[in-house]
Amino acid sequence: MKPNILKWKAVCLPLCVVGLVISLVTWASSSPINNSPKAPMTTEGSAFENTVKQVDQLFEDQWSENDISASEFSDDLNQLRRLSLALHGTVPSLEEIREFERMEGNDRLERWTQKLLADRRFADYFSERLARAFVGTDQGQFIIFRRDRFKAWLSEQIEANTPYDELARTLISGEGLWTGDPETNYITAASADGNLDRNKLTGNTVRAFLGQRIDCAQCHDHPFDHWKQSDFEGLTAFYGQVEVELFGVRQNEDLKYEVEDRETLEKRVVSPEVPFLGECLPQEGTLREKLAAWVTHPQNRRFERASANRIWGLLFGVPYINPVDDLPAPTNLSESSPDVLDILGKDFRENGYDIKRMIQIIVASKPFRLSSQSENSEPEQVERLTDSWAAFPLVRLRPEQIIGSMLQASSLKTIDQNSNLFMRGRRFFSEINFLNEYGDLGSDELNDFPGTIPQALLRMNGEFAQDNSTASLLNSVGRIAGLDISDEKRIETCFLVCLTRIPTSSEKDYFLKQYQATQNQNERVKVTEDLFWSLYNSPEFSWNH
Amino acid sequence: MFDPISLSGKMNRRDLCKIAVGSTLSFALPGFDLKAAEKRGPERRKSVIILWMGGGPSQLETWDPHPGTEIGGPGKAIKTAMSGLQISDMYPLLAEQLESMSVIRSMVSKEGDHERGTKYFKTGYRPEPTTVYPALGAIITHQAPNSKLEIPQHISLGNTEFPARGGYLGGHLDAFRVRDPGKNIGNMRARVEPPRQNRRLENLNIVSQAFQKGRVIQTQKTLHQSTIDRALTMMSSEQLNALEIDKEPESVRKAYGDSPFGRGCLVARRLVEQGVHSIEVNLRGWDSHANNYTGHQTQAAMLDPGFSSLLKDLKSRDLLDSTIVLCIGEFGRTPKINPLDGRDHWPTGFSCIVGGGGIKGNVIIGETDPTGKEKKPAEPVQIQDLYATILQKLNIDHTKELISPIGRPLALSDGNPIKKLI
Repeated sequence: MKPNILKWKAVCLPLCVVGLVISLVTWASSSPINNSPKAPMTTEGSAFENTVKQVDQLFEDQWSENDISASEFSDDLNQLRRLSLALHGTVPSLEEIREFERMEGNDRLERWTQKLLADRRFADYFSERLARAFVGTDQGQFIIFRRDRFKAWLSEQIEANTPYDELARTLISGEGLWTGDPETNYITAASADGNLDRNKLTGNTVRAFLGQRIDCAQCHDHPFDHWKQSDFEGLTAFYGQVEVELFGVRQNEDLKYEVEDRETLEKRVVSPEVPFLGECLPQEGTLREKLAAWVTHPQNRRFERASANRIWGLLFGVPYINPVDDLPAPTNLSESSPDVLDILGKDFRENGYDIKRMIQIIVASKPFRLSSQSENSEPEQVERLTDSWAAFPLVRLRPEQIIGSMLQASSLKTIDQNSNLFMRGRRFFSEINFLNEYGDLGSDELNDFPGTIPQALLRMNGEFAQDNSTASLLNSVGRIAGLDISDEKRIETCFLVCLTRIPTSSEKDYFLKQYQATQNQNERVKVTEDLFWSLYNSPEFSWNH
Repeated sequence: MFDPISLSGKMNRRDLCKIAVGSTLSFALPGFDLKAAEKRGPERRKSVIILWMGGGPSQLETWDPHPGTEIGGPGKAIKTAMSGLQISDMYPLLAEQLESMSVIRSMVSKEGDHERGTKYFKTGYRPEPTTVYPALGAIITHQAPNSKLEIPQHISLGNTEFPARGGYLGGHLDAFRVRDPGKNIGNMRARVEPPRQNRRLENLNIVSQAFQKGRVIQTQKTLHQSTIDRALTMMSSEQLNALEIDKEPESVRKAYGDSPFGRGCLVARRLVEQGVHSIEVNLRGWDSHANNYTGHQTQAAMLDPGFSSLLKDLKSRDLLDSTIVLCIGEFGRTPKINPLDGRDHWPTGFSCIVGGGGIKGNVIIGETDPTGKEKKPAEPVQIQDLYATILQKLNIDHTKELISPIGRPLALSDGNPIKKLI
């Protein structure tokens, strides 16, 4: 009997192990969410369309006044690429391109935008973008500043479409522990060396939510704007009672905000005061709650204008007014006509400070839909065209968009929360390494810098580039090279996967000749690999256009 | 046909690539001026090597020991080749090489956090949210570029969290990072054989043309192609040899020490010989909140051979007169030893070594309190003063103002040159 049992054990044990491994792998690679959201129907009302019309009209008037003929509309595939880059930080996958191609109706781009906004990738990507605006990119002090928690929290808010004014108020007035109440990291990010830098909090708040740089007023009156040093001190006093203690961020009503006079070196108490719109300051609440209410008050038009400028910047890659956080004071609308930030801001305010709505308005308006190509070849003409948003600007992709796009192009299927763990893990680690080497733009990411040589070297010779242009069973090069399709189709697929467009006829002819000159399958695979490498390294790949 | 991308006038990119791939000679730019490269002594154009001690070394276990006192720890002090200077006995090799260097024992900072402290001490400006200041190496490269170089002009060797950046002067002045110097030159080599690399570059040309259609001016402004061209030039440049150390005699490599820092020091010397003027060599691991003494012994085992061999080589090759060497970290460490036998951050009264390139040698500046009670050292020196001194020695006017992107005029350094060092 005994030997029999042993035999059974000997047979069963390996089987059990195999079974366990299989089920574990299946579980790990299965999708945590069952279905990706289907493209919904458009439901916007006439107020939405009205705003889009107003924006379009404004630009058309400006163009005709200045005798500018705007570029043609860009084709749908290119719009698809712009949308994916702006909202998900990657190029669209072949899977998505095919799905889009099957959609019908004139409003398919609008429906597609809604689909992208409903995808978790949007919340994740935008949370990183906004986190930079709110707390910068400094690593800060790990013990009391948890960027990961902050980003995850922000992503949830975006996913839930929390009104943006409410989001701002929560950040400014939040209390609690940086781990359990992640919004408080907005406060603790300003800690350095055990001290809370209240001046930094003021500078951040005014830059992020009111689109003004008043940091220099910390030490002296603003050289050309109307900000005074006393304005800065008065605003900072609203942060005078916040404390970072072991048990979290909290208000301490006993604290008084004191500054040292730079000349007399004497300490004096500063009382909280706002530089304008004093009537918008509520009577009730803690100092920070009052400040938060004032910053986001519907009459404080700086808030809506700054928000519109930032969202515009995130969609185009360049803000409407550059730099993103140094806007001129709002004009009196009874004396002058509104600019685009006023139009977008008004719609934002009247419709619950809805970020997703503002995004849909901007991408539906003409400037976002125009081609980046033009007949003009005179430098000044081209500059006039782009300055007046009569042609889509050529904008260098940020490092996360490059890595996101390279990763996406290495797979034919969409890489998202439905992808298996392996793919998501690869994305996570590749992104960190790549960013490290490619050079992060930091929080001034909306400024345009030329590419650098290390970046070119990384794209040409880096390990990641090498992996993605070497055919394997797992990546798109290998899959495309192995497909039993015509070479013409093969070339077309490579172009769609990397550049989201079909090749021109001369490009097609050029690469067809390479396939025709090959002797065996091995050589043909190499042709595909080299084609992929070239597409990754082309300017078209690393620029939004 | 319109060809937007010619680096050297007549030669177009495709020609350039063809030759580049097949040959190991550099051609696209005039080669490094041999005469300038060969010049020795004070006539040679000056370079700066910063040995960056990331984490903040203890002044007491390096250049400002107070043996036998309550704050001195278990360490001893030894005499050096500089008369009147004693340093920690962890540095016997370096002690012999210090006769023409100077020591500042009274560096002061206002930043006690690694990130902020490093940014301040690498740039000479305290960090602030609206301006990213350029590091000293970027300023030097910006003010006095070396057009003969095909390899990067501003190089950071070894791993670091906060490498020297170009800041508002632009990403092209970021230090070029070589993470594992002497072992791996990173992405400098093509991944495929020349014929295939050639085909890839030809493909690239074809695909780029389609994109230029209707965007001639815009694509020119992106500089994408010229960046690729410069990268290709670099990949085929002979000057890249400066980054390799396998042809150095074994005895030399041994003397520098087989650590990333030791190899970095050797590569730094080779880069200076090649005509690179801004170099940073990183040594991390100084943040000794616990077991300060043993931690510093481990660090000294890398710093002592690397630093001393570098000075010795520069001297014997007649390069020290044209090379400023600065060894510094973001702050020092507390005189008081904590319960974990560690020392914590101390941004007042810490030490650095500087010398070469015409900086006056044999000078000791500042003094710290041997009881550790008085925070403020005698003759305090700020980093911007030190950078103003270095810039002056490089014949760069440190008071010259650049306009930052937000329209603010900023001096290259807002310090004053240190009289004792000039």
